[in-house]
Amino acid sequence: MSLEGQFQKVEEKLFQNRYMVDSGQPHIRITPHDKPSKNLLAMTHLCPAGCYSVAESGQVELTADGCLECGTCRVLCEESGDITWNYPRGGYGILFKFG
Amino acid sequence: MIDEKFDAIVIGAGMAGNAAAYTMASRGLKVLQLERGEYPGSKNVQGGILYADMLEKIIPEFRNEAPLERRLIEQRFWFMTDKAHTGMHYRNEDFNEEKPNRYTIIRSQFDRWFARQAQEKGAILLCETTAIELIQDAYGKVVGVRTDRSGGPIHADVVVLAEGVNGLLGARSDLRPRPTAQQVALAVKEMHFLPPEVIEARFNLKSDEGAVIEAAGTISNGMTGMGFIYTNKESISVGIGCLVSDFAENETSPSELLEAFKKHPSVAPLIAGSEVKEYAAHLIPEGGYKAIPQLFGNGWVICGDAGQLNNAIHREGSNLAMTSGRIAGEAIFQVKSRREPMNADNLALYKKMLDESFVLKDLKKYKDMPELLHTQAQNLFLTYPQLVSKAMENFVRVDGKPKIEKEKDTVTRFRKARGTFGLIGDAFRLARAWR
Ligand SMILES: Cc1cc2nc3c(=O)[nH]c(=O)nc-3n(C[C@H](O)[C@H](O)[C@H](O)COP(=O)(O)OP(=O)(O)OC[C@H]3O[C@@H](n4cnc5c(N)ncnc54)[C@H](O)[C@@H]3O)c2cc1C
Ligand code: SF4
Repeated sequence: MSLEGQFQKVEEKLFQNRYMVDSGQPHIRITPHDKPSKNLLAMTHLCPAGCYSVAESGQVELTADGCLECGTCRVLCEESGDITWNYPRGGYGILFKFG
Repeated sequence: MIDEKFDAIVIGAGMAGNAAAYTMASRGLKVLQLERGEYPGSKNVQGGILYADMLEKIIPEFRNEAPLERRLIEQRFWFMTDKAHTGMHYRNEDFNEEKPNRYTIIRSQFDRWFARQAQEKGAILLCETTAIELIQDAYGKVVGVRTDRSGGPIHADVVVLAEGVNGLLGARSDLRPRPTAQQVALAVKEMHFLPPEVIEARFNLKSDEGAVIEAAGTISNGMTGMGFIYTNKESISVGIGCLVSDFAENETSPSELLEAFKKHPSVAPLIAGSEVKEYAAHLIPEGGYKAIPQLFGNGWVICGDAGQLNNAIHREGSNLAMTSGRIAGEAIFQVKSRREPMNADNLALYKKMLDESFVLKDLKKYKDMPELLHTQAQNLFLTYPQLVSKAMENFVRVDGKPKIEKEKDTVTRFRKARGTFGLIGDAFRLARAWR
């Protein structure tokens, strides 16, 4: 079921959060690819922060600034080599005020 | 950076790590605790219900000082369809006892407090410090860690891996596997702020009393998952989580699932007019007993979520984390007091003590539950809620139809949806997994 369009956008949700962004040092990287794997493509729906998107050329892209560090993409895409997943440097990344 | 050698290094200042650090430091061990967040709790998410008994076993007088939100006097279970919920509410004045049994907490506040208790007992806590690698000697014994701070490795007799469900260290050193998509649920959660009086009026509570709602049904779109609504002092936590494998198969967006849950006619009035101040996401280990990895080895032990020590059926995690951290601390202290090495043979004591505790006994009891919930997701989370809702509607709607016909209709619907054997089979499977 697609619920698209009816609800508050993820980007608006992320505005409420506190982040310390480590500019230029993304902690997750996508391996260059021609055609994305099924799991990598699924991340465009699954990432709770909407970090993954499909470019016009068909590849999956990632902007990790809003990442909530949940690890879902790591569980689905690290083993296959689709992505590399690291923690942000100590003190950086999402900083939950409540959690 | 740090030249001295520690008795133990604890990775993480969450529930398990804080319990382990506190237990060891209060027994005089030299403990270093590493936390990658700016402060303890800044990376952690919980609903969150705190079970008092397990914390009491670590800090008996915690009620005087710990940041607690509301003591829980009411538990609701909701079986949901698109427009309805069939509920069971359990409220008991006895829960207003002198030492209440359950509280809601806010993790960033609670973890800071808990870590401070360990520090007061002498543990050294370094925040904003990510442990990036375990150091092993020539025999494969873990002897310390490397961090992302400048300076060399830090050494210790034993490393306590309390790094949470998404911990990288254990997996990188092949001490435990990375969890699979069937073994973890992804939960998203929002904090909705409202004046305390409004919360109390909406949930029928006196001040400091709290209520929690666990919800299952069509809200998870046929996936294995649950929603929750927990009352804090000045906020309501609203969230929903489903197995990652189900999310992947259904290509459903978690944030949209949460939005739909919030808009449900039974939920919306509870949070109407609130100010949302945070949106969080976190994994929950749901693999159960069969997914528990090796929990100890040469120079290391694993506690809490990192070891899949989480009871998804009862929504218990932090208490298992705390208890496993405490037991690990006690076991390490015993080995240390005997002046014996922190090798696998001696650290097996941790697993032995854990086997005898509620942690592994409970998880063993429900060992078949995760598989059942997974393979029967459509029936349990879509078909049955709809059947129950229809049965309730047949029961309460007065519309001139003879009762006997309505009862027949209810029975026919159940039979049609699952078949007589399906019904018996479902009941049997559920009973067996529950036993
Ligand atoms: C939405 C949600 C609702 C929940 N509700 C409940 C509930 O109501 N009741 C309940 O009992 N349980 C609940 N749980 C489960 C509970 O939150 C967990 O079981 C509990 O937090 C586990 O504690 P832990 O110490 O094992 O892991 P965590 O609390 O995750 O702590 C791990 C810590 O390690 C740190 N860390 C990780 N790697 C490194 C590294 N390399 N270097 C330095 N630091 C590191 C992290 O920053 C973190 O602070 C819920 C979970 C979620 C997600
Ligand atoms: S870790 Fe979670 S929030 Fe971050 S990019 Fe991966 S799926 Fe998205």
